[in-house]
Amino acid sequence: MDTTARIIEKRDLTDVTKLFVVHAPLVARNAAPGQFVIIRVTETGERIPISITDFSRDEGTITIVVQQVGRTSALVCALEVGETFLDFAGPLGLEVPLPFEGHAVLVGGGFGTGAVFPLARELRRRGVRVSSIVGARTRELVILDDLLATESDEVHVCTNDGSLGYRGFVTGRLEELADAGAGFTHCFAVGPMPMMRAVADTTRRRGLPAMVSLDPLMVDGTGMCGGCRVSVGSKSLFACVHGPFFDAHEVDFDEADARLMTYKKQEDLACEMAGLGR
Amino acid sequence: MPIVYPHKTEMPCRDPEQRRHSWDEVAEGYTVERAIAEARRCLNCQDPVCEQGCPVNVPIRDFVRNVAVGDFAGAAATIRRRNLLPAICGRVCPVEHQCESRCILLGRQEPVGIGRLERFVADWEREHGSGGETTAPDLWRDQKIAIIGSGPAGLTVASDLAQLGYPVTIFEALHAYGGVLRYGIPQYRLPKEIVDEDVAHLTALGVEFVRNVIIGKTVTIDQLFDELGYSAVFVGTGAGSPVFLNIPGENLKGIYSANEFLTRVNLMRAYSFPEYDTPIQRPRRAAVIGAGDTAMDAVRCSIRLGADEAHIVYRRSEQEKGARAEDYERARDEGVIFDWLTLPKRFIGDENGWVTGLECIRTELGEPDASGRRRPVPVPGSEFTMDTDLVVIALGTNPNPLVPQTTYGLEVDGHGCIVADPATGATSRPGVYAGGDIVTGAATVILAMGAGRRAATAIHEHLQEEATAKQPT
Repeated sequence: MDTTARIIEKRDLTDVTKLFVVHAPLVARNAAPGQFVIIRVTETGERIPISITDFSRDEGTITIVVQQVGRTSALVCALEVGETFLDFAGPLGLEVPLPFEGHAVLVGGGFGTGAVFPLARELRRRGVRVSSIVGARTRELVILDDLLATESDEVHVCTNDGSLGYRGFVTGRLEELADAGAGFTHCFAVGPMPMMRAVADTTRRRGLPAMVSLDPLMVDGTGMCGGCRVSVGSKSLFACVHGPFFDAHEVDFDEADARLMTYKKQEDLACEMAGLGR
Repeated sequence: MPIVYPHKTEMPCRDPEQRRHSWDEVAEGYTVERAIAEARRCLNCQDPVCEQGCPVNVPIRDFVRNVAVGDFAGAAATIRRRNLLPAICGRVCPVEHQCESRCILLGRQEPVGIGRLERFVADWEREHGSGGETTAPDLWRDQKIAIIGSGPAGLTVASDLAQLGYPVTIFEALHAYGGVLRYGIPQYRLPKEIVDEDVAHLTALGVEFVRNVIIGKTVTIDQLFDELGYSAVFVGTGAGSPVFLNIPGENLKGIYSANEFLTRVNLMRAYSFPEYDTPIQRPRRAAVIGAGDTAMDAVRCSIRLGADEAHIVYRRSEQEKGARAEDYERARDEGVIFDWLTLPKRFIGDENGWVTGLECIRTELGEPDASGRRRPVPVPGSEFTMDTDLVVIALGTNPNPLVPQTTYGLEVDGHGCIVADPATGATSRPGVYAGGDIVTGAATVILAMGAGRRAATAIHEHLQEEATAKQPT
């Protein structure tokens, strides 16, 4: 059985953010919105989880977006068309539970924008109205708003410095739209932890159901190690088998934030040795 | 009658002080002279009851007799009739509860060192070759077998069925083969080269290994039958899901499940960071909760990662511990401190979310509980706090739910274990067999192999019947 995962297309979304279309038919055949893959690129390398941005069962492809944040992601970003991943395992995690009616607002921050795309497509297929909010620090870092536009009724771009679209955070735009009577019934947000926390606070205050996709440290991704455990309400759940999408209003973001920093010292050292600034 | 020395022939071990800082194998194994001396202690019983204590019924008396006369190749061939992983079993079997517990010498003197002899024979064979080259069997049959999980159960089923001429595929979820032999058992106890060689041996038999396939996610069991053309499936996915204590502070940084801790160390080689990319917390004072084999592995790894002090914290007493005698003794020699009758109550952390301490309460043993062991009862007012910067929770595992969740008609029990006939491994779903920890809950390598052996026989019978039924009459 062939499990080779070969890159058939690569796009530079920003200087440090790359999109890869990977031929991995075995992974694509059962993929669903909200899931992720675990990849490894060298024999001495670590296993890292990456959200699935797009999948095509017909083409046998999985699309992923990777941002260079450390040594391993830098190695991934350096891969070129025609090269293969050493390991490419998935699809992992649960399919995100999506509604069948209403008006969903999808919020993507930074490279998290990629991960909301499969949700948009499935929501539209189900006849749910989709509004997308895409945020970044500045206009050069806004990514995939064009892709998202293909499966959204409207797309709103936000930049912190106002260089493109709305000036301010995604939550500011979310509130503005809600105040203007958008009538959102569901919210799904993927992005940096502070952004997801802010979305959780905003939607909680407004009584809008919201889910976020967590990206904690992970080893196997199959429920074996428990390293990705997160406190959700009164429960400790594993992001790999119970998530990665969780009720935003129940997630303990303080704990999740702290756990993400577990190996900061080692990560800094690895980056330094690889000659990467952080 | 031979003269029988009352004690097992010593197996040389590296010095405890030196091995605290090394991942090299601790036990060095018998020399030829020691092996022969030990084999000569065997009385060659007419009725070798030791063999009944072996889950795969290795012809123990015969192989020991081979060793006694210096016929090591013959010994290897004798073992291989029943056990294809002797180098592994000779290292990790809890012999004191199995073969050696039945040895006729026991009571008057120490039993024959069967485990040590098995290891000696396997290592001799690895070094010298078996004499006859393994010829790959002709995989002539058209009924394909899918095996889920490349741990000891799956490897055994694969070997047995390949030798019967079935094309066999082993699907592994991780990027390396061997299951618990790979991610669980540390290098100093089971060098990974041995696992590599056993996998290579099966590859030479024509077994197909496929990694990065998570059955239940990448492919479901239904798809194995309906779309990929497999005629039978064996589920040997192990006891995958870690048990936590569910006490306050458990998600502080520096607290690991044994599965995570050992996987980082063994599979990912975090001890070689930054040469290897996967990091791990380097401890000063480690506390490992539990007293089974996995706990011993974790606590000895913590020493090798640099802990000055390493504790085993266990709510019952020394008597109830689950660990193999040999590993318990070696842990003690390496300086592990054992806090028996100690029950963790909560974890204490600092302002950055790192664990700094473990609050415990002393216990005493009361009436026996459901497990038959005396129940630990907290002693009021005996609370105390132990400083620690690394905690490993080694309280066992629950079955991984991925396969049962995604397979229609597969019956599981209240613990989530797949229900399988102990004699055949047959599950509630025709054509699907299961064995090892996914059926029994966390147990041993050799028990998993025994289950694999029985399942292989049953799968062969089932497929023979199916093939006969299909033939035109």
